Amino acid sequence: MTTRREFLVLAAAALAAPTADAQIGPNQAALRKAAYEDALRKVVGGAQVRSGRVKLQLPPLIDNGNSVPLSVAVESPMTDADHVKAIHVLTEKNPLPDVVSVRLGPRAGRASLATRVRLADTQTVTAIAQMSDGSFWSDSAEVVVTLSACLEEGLI
Amino acid sequence: MARAVVTLPAQAKRGEIIEIKTLAQHAMETGFRRTQTGELIPRDIIRRFTCTYNGTEVYRVDLHPAIAANPMIAFSTVATESGALTFQWVGDNGYTVTEIAPIRVE
Repeated sequence: MTTRREFLVLAAAALAAPTADAQIGPNQAALRKAAYEDALRKVVGGAQVRSGRVKLQLPPLIDNGNSVPLSVAVESPMTDADHVKAIHVLTEKNPLPDVVSVRLGPRAGRASLATRVRLADTQTVTAIAQMSDGSFWSDSAEVVVTLSACLEEGLI
Repeated sequence: MARAVVTLPAQAKRGEIIEIKTLAQHAMETGFRRTQTGELIPRDIIRRFTCTYNGTEVYRVDLHPAIAANPMIAFSTVATESGALTFQWVGDNGYTVTEIAPIRVE
């Protein structure tokens, strides 16, 4: 049995949740920034990431962050000597920065990926490609998210 | 029970790049959502997808909770020889689905 007090607390939490995350506090923002930088370091190590050769496609305005079409294409001849080894997609403000990591080789024919992702907030999404010569290339996309994913807490 | 669907051409010319589209049926529970009583719903996702062509791995994807429910993955591969492509999804709580699709290469 839910008491009146419990109900009010839950109702307040449910109402507060979307705004609380759309404008996350300075502490949480710093934590997510640190997590993003950690994830980035894990992907590239100490190497330099140059922009170009990668094309990340996302709709600029997203109504529903629960299912967002995302595609990545990397310019590469995909031969044994020169191909893409890996593609990583990272986000700045999702609860976890990693979105997807792909391992591929010359047998893939084209360095591409298409999938559907969840986005928790208006943010920048980054795709990083690792080439067979060890260089890293990236592309970023700014997205505006109206209805966030991961925020239906207390409403299900 | 069809828990996964794979679309690819049944035949191709040697050396041709073919498009493959895959769809798996899975809720991809993130582990960040809570029930009405405030309990965390445990994570339950597909963690890895692999595509092997006659025993050689050609494409591998590591999935994270940020992948939408019923993960769709579209990619390409080079049609090298006749045989079979094996698609495997592996996830939390012992989730494993394998699909095999034949291909004829001329």
